[in-house]
Parts: sequence; structure tokens; C-alpha cells
Amino acid sequence: MQMSGAQMVIEAFIAEGVDTVFGYPGGAIMNVYDEIYKQDKFHHILNRHEQASIHAAEGYAKASGKVGVAMITSGPGFTNAVTGLADAYMDSVPMVVVSGQVPMSLIGTDGFQEIDAIGISRPCTKHNYLVTDAADLPRVLKEAFYIAKSGRPGPVHVDIPKDVTAQIAEFNYDVELNLETYKPHTKGNPRQIKKALEAIAKAKRPLFYLGGGIINSNAAYEVRELVHKTGIPAVETLMARGVLSFDDELLISMLGMHGSYAANMAMSETDLVIGLGVRFDDRVTGKLSEFAKNADVIHVDIDPASISKLVNADFPIVGDVKNVVIEMLEQCEHIYPDNYASWRETINNFDALHPLTFHEDSERLKPQWVVKRVGELLGDSANISTDVGQHQMWAAQFYPFTRPNQWITSGGLGTMGFGFPAAIGVKVAVPEKTSINFTGDGSILMNVQELMTAVEKKIPVINIILNNNFLGMVRQWQTLFYDKRHSQTDLSVQPDFVKLAEAFGGIGYRVTTKEEFDAALKDAVEKNIVAFIEVIVERFENVMPMVPSGGSLFNMMLLEKKETK
Amino acid sequence: MTENSERRVISVIVVNEASVLSRITNLFSGRGYNITSLTVAPIPESNYSRLTIVTSGSVRVIEQITKQLHKLIPVLKVYEHADLVEKEMAMVKFPLSENLSDIDVLCRAYNGKIVNVGENVVIVMVADEPKRVDNFLAVIKKYNPKEIVRSGAVALER
Repeated sequence: MQMSGAQMVIEAFIAEGVDTVFGYPGGAIMNVYDEIYKQDKFHHILNRHEQASIHAAEGYAKASGKVGVAMITSGPGFTNAVTGLADAYMDSVPMVVVSGQVPMSLIGTDGFQEIDAIGISRPCTKHNYLVTDAADLPRVLKEAFYIAKSGRPGPVHVDIPKDVTAQIAEFNYDVELNLETYKPHTKGNPRQIKKALEAIAKAKRPLFYLGGGIINSNAAYEVRELVHKTGIPAVETLMARGVLSFDDELLISMLGMHGSYAANMAMSETDLVIGLGVRFDDRVTGKLSEFAKNADVIHVDIDPASISKLVNADFPIVGDVKNVVIEMLEQCEHIYPDNYASWRETINNFDALHPLTFHEDSERLKPQWVVKRVGELLGDSANISTDVGQHQMWAAQFYPFTRPNQWITSGGLGTMGFGFPAAIGVKVAVPEKTSINFTGDGSILMNVQELMTAVEKKIPVINIILNNNFLGMVRQWQTLFYDKRHSQTDLSVQPDFVKLAEAFGGIGYRVTTKEEFDAALKDAVEKNIVAFIEVIVERFENVMPMVPSGGSLFNMMLLEKKETK
Repeated sequence: MTENSERRVISVIVVNEASVLSRITNLFSGRGYNITSLTVAPIPESNYSRLTIVTSGSVRVIEQITKQLHKLIPVLKVYEHADLVEKEMAMVKFPLSENLSDIDVLCRAYNGKIVNVGENVVIVMVADEPKRVDNFLAVIKKYNPKEIVRSGAVALER
């Protein structure tokens, strides 16, 4: 069928089953927006900043497991989106981002709103395209969706000059993809899997090291089965929260810089690391030469470049975690849970020695209490997004996660401003769950304009602002490592968050006590409109325990012992 | 695992399309890898081009380079050569007043010859292994070369 390039974009989205597009129009993308106006097959959500469109699409993708889609214009529209692209790239989020570009005749002339978009997006996307002929569009779009979601997922950027969106060409989406140079390796080598299982059977103190790749590969329930069948304890990375349920007795906790004492000690004492969908990030490993020093390493990942990048893998297995774990499940009869009883005991003793907890010793509410309380009140019925900083770590440490895709956070890039728009995308993808965004008084202002999006589209995200009048995580480092010189982190001057929410048509609460918090959360859930719950919390609370940057996992700064709650 | 840096020759077969070269060079600059030399030309009667990259790094770095290259969508194959035949070409411009018979003899010792004679200058070429090209360029210093250009190495597995 003959149609314009702009119509092709719409038809491709429909063929891919896209139900929501997040975006912001502008000059170079107007032809496509004109076609969006004419169709009724998918929703368009107008964010109030292009960065937010990308984060919303990320939230949508992370909560639903589908490809997130965003659309933006050329020049500043595109450059505003770059942070989002980089964020999605670091966290392997499947996304297709379509941007307008100046007409072909103007490319290279420094035209109005022209920027070399694919030059900029190259290092922060899985792949990108500049489409110079509408006849290429069906193939390019089909490839874009395929590349975004296959292998190690990631964002794919398609840049389309304005005249190409007007150009008429043949549209046929039923073409076979022929990507001779891109064939992701999804099945693990059976011999390697067998060797790995033998190593597990021989190990005295094996440890599952679970990563975000498990969520991406939709393998959490298979991993749960494998963990239980083998009786081997597990630690989770930040990105893997929810792979195991919080009350699973084989789940130790999160490991890494703000991991629990028991998780980090288990990693330091293990003799066999079983890494599934992990990448040995520096926030996880601490000092590399001391990381799991006496252990062999099994590393399962779909990205060969992740294997032996930082830590040498003795048993490398390239493949989709789900496939590999299913294979392992079929052949693990010779692994006996009883063999690891004393190892589990050792870990339980670590946990008893320094449990993950906090002291309720201040006049003000403790941020950890707020997270725990939301867990008690909403638990499984909420999806949890966060911004970046102290509140993010407390949410990861203390929320009782029960399922995969419940936890949406910016891990690799650590993008402040991620949480609110992401929580919008989460709510759109999973409307039946309450969408909570834990945020800080610093982060929330980085995409606060999304109040308008949420009000206009009636997307009832509840933002819980843990307000300590500080850029808390940086303040914590300044307190600990910069002799308390709190350079540019004091946020004493702040907006009235209640009025701010109300100014956009949302609802705001300011709470200072436990009773007020419970009432506010209950009310916000019932009111079902976008809300700010500003919680005044202890100003100088630190995230503990903590492995100082570059230190060894077993050398943690610990919570001072006091009576605990 | 040795952290000693060693010279390596890597050949990359890529789809011959726009911006593929910048994907490769971006990868090297973005991840802090070295490029000593890089040559690229289309492979006859195909949609592919072949790049020959001379780089250096530890075993681990070289392994990462090949894996990261592989990860790029338009990359078909990556060869990290162990046993190879390697050649490089150089051209040098000398003043016509220099001792041309000496220069001619030297060129021929390095698979080369005089390729152009102008009013004031003579241009020679040599084609040999990169190390021998180094030698040649060291030897001809005393003949006051005015301009030197090297092609970068190309290589084939034995």
C-alpha cells in the first residue's frame, strides 16, 4: 500500500501492538503528529518535557515487559531526550524512540533546530538510524522493534527528516527481517551448563548473585524454582529486587555499596558465585581484587561482552537467563539442599549480628519507617518507582517486594528526575496497581512539570517526598568523607510542595507524624488523583550499612548498635 | 591474566552503510581503547567493507575490544589475528638534489621504487611489513625527506 512516511510510522506502531506513545510535538515531527491526530488505535500522552517522555516510556517498559515508545522533535526536543536514552541504555530497557529531523536538503547546513541526532545518540543507544528514504521506513521500524527487545534489550533511536515523513512510498510490514550481522545467542551451551552444575554440586558455599537480566528475560519464576530446588542462598542487585519475594528465606538481601552486612559477607565468603543476568557493576563489587576472592565464578548473561569484563568467569555461559535456568532445572537432581545447611546457618548468623535495620531515635520521622509503612499498608498492591539518592536506597532496602517488575528504578545511570515520569508510565502500563514514586526533595524538582501530565491524563501517581532539606546522598558523602563541608547540598529553601501540587490541580499533603502519614496515604489512594505526600524526615539520617567507594565488601561502615526496632 | 600492553591486529567485516565507521571509532574513543592505525575499503562484489585496526592493550582489553565490536549491529565478523601476513605502504617525497641512486637502492630493498619525478622533488613508495617500514623511514632520514605518508597496516590470516 502506498502511503506517506508519517503514516508508515503510525501503521508500524499499530502492527507492533503499541497502545501508548509518550511524546512532545515540534516542527520537524509535525507530519507524524498530524497522523496521530487522525488515528484512534493508540493513546498519546503529552509529557511536559522530552526527558520525561523517555522516562515514562521506560517506566512503561519496565513494568509491562513490552517495548516503550516515545516520539520527539529535532534539535532541542532530541537533546532533551538524551538523558533518557542514556538511562535506558545503561539499564537495558527495550525502547523505540522516533525523532523528527530537519528536511534532507537542510541537513548539514546548521538549519533551525538541527542537530546531529544520531551522532549524539550513538554511544547511548543499542542502535540508531537516520532514514533518508521513506521506502526504507517499514524495514527500519521493524528492525528497530526487533533489536530493542531481542538479545540484551536496549533503546533504538530512529531519526526521520521532515521531508521523508511527507514522502510517499510502498508500505509492507510483512517483510522477513534479514539481519545477517545481528543474531543474539539465546541458548546456553549444554556442555558449559553441565560443567557449571557439576561445579555447583561440588561447592560448599555457593551463592546465587541475581541481576536485572532476570527481569528482562522474564525468568524470575524459573529462578525462584531453581533457588528452592537447590537450597542455595541468594543475593540480589539493585535491579533484581522482586526476583525473589522479600519473605523468601533463601533471599539474604541486596548486596553492594548499601547492601546488607549478611549479603556482602556471604559474597566475601562464598566459594562459588552463580551470577545470573548480572554485570559486576562497581556499586556491587566494591574493590574488585577483593570481590568474592576465594570463589569460582559461573556467569550467565546474554551479552558476551559482559562476561569476564570485570571479573573473570570460570564458567561463562552466553545465553538468555530463562533458557539457561530451565536447562539447569532439568539437570539439578544431584544438587542436595541439605549440603548447604551449615552455609545457610553461617549467613543467618551474619544477619543476626548486623541485621538491616534503623533506629527510631529522633523527633522527626525516619525515612526508613516511611518506606516500611508503605510496604505494610500497600505491599503487593503497589508498584514502586524511585528517583535517585538516599530515598532510592532506603526503598530498595526496606520495601517488601513480592514480584518482578514491581520495582522501577534508575540503576546504571542514576538519573535524578527519573521517578515521577517513570511512575506515570508504570501506572499507564499497570493501572490496577497503585503507582508509588519514592523521591527526595532534590530529585522531585527535576521533572516536577509532570504534575501537569498526570493531572491532564488523570494518572494518579502518588509521590512520597522524603524531605530532609538536603541533597541527601551527596550530603552523606560530604559528612563522611569531606569533613562535613556540605557544599551546595543544603536545600533549606524550598517550594511549598502542597501548594505546588495544588497549583497543577493535584493534591498535596505535608506530614510530620506517623498518624498524619497513614491518613495522607489512605486519602491519596482513595482520591485517585496525582498526589505529593511531603514527609518531613530526620535531616542527617545516613544510608547504612555502607561500603565506601572502592572499599572491599567485607569492610562496611555499620549502623551504630542501639536498641533497634 | 597479564596486564602488559601488546600490539594486536584486528580485522572487522562490517555492512557497508552510512556512519558505520563512526560507530567503530566512537567505540574506541568512548571506551578508551587505542587505535594505532586503521584502514578501510569495500570488499569487492559484496555489501561489506573490511577494516584493519592496529591497536594495543592487555589481553583483557583486547578481548573486550573484540566483544564490543561484535556487539555493534552492522558488524559481521571480528578476527583477532594470531598468525598473519601484514603489509603496509609508505610514500616519501625527497628533494631532487638528494642522492637518487642511494634512495632507489633503499626503496628496492623494501619492495619499493621511485614512482614520480617532478621538477624539484621525487616521490618513492615502499610496501612491506610495518616494522620494516619503520626501518626504512629511519634509514632515509639523512636524505632529508620533505613529506612522509603511511597507509596503515592491512593483514590476512595465514
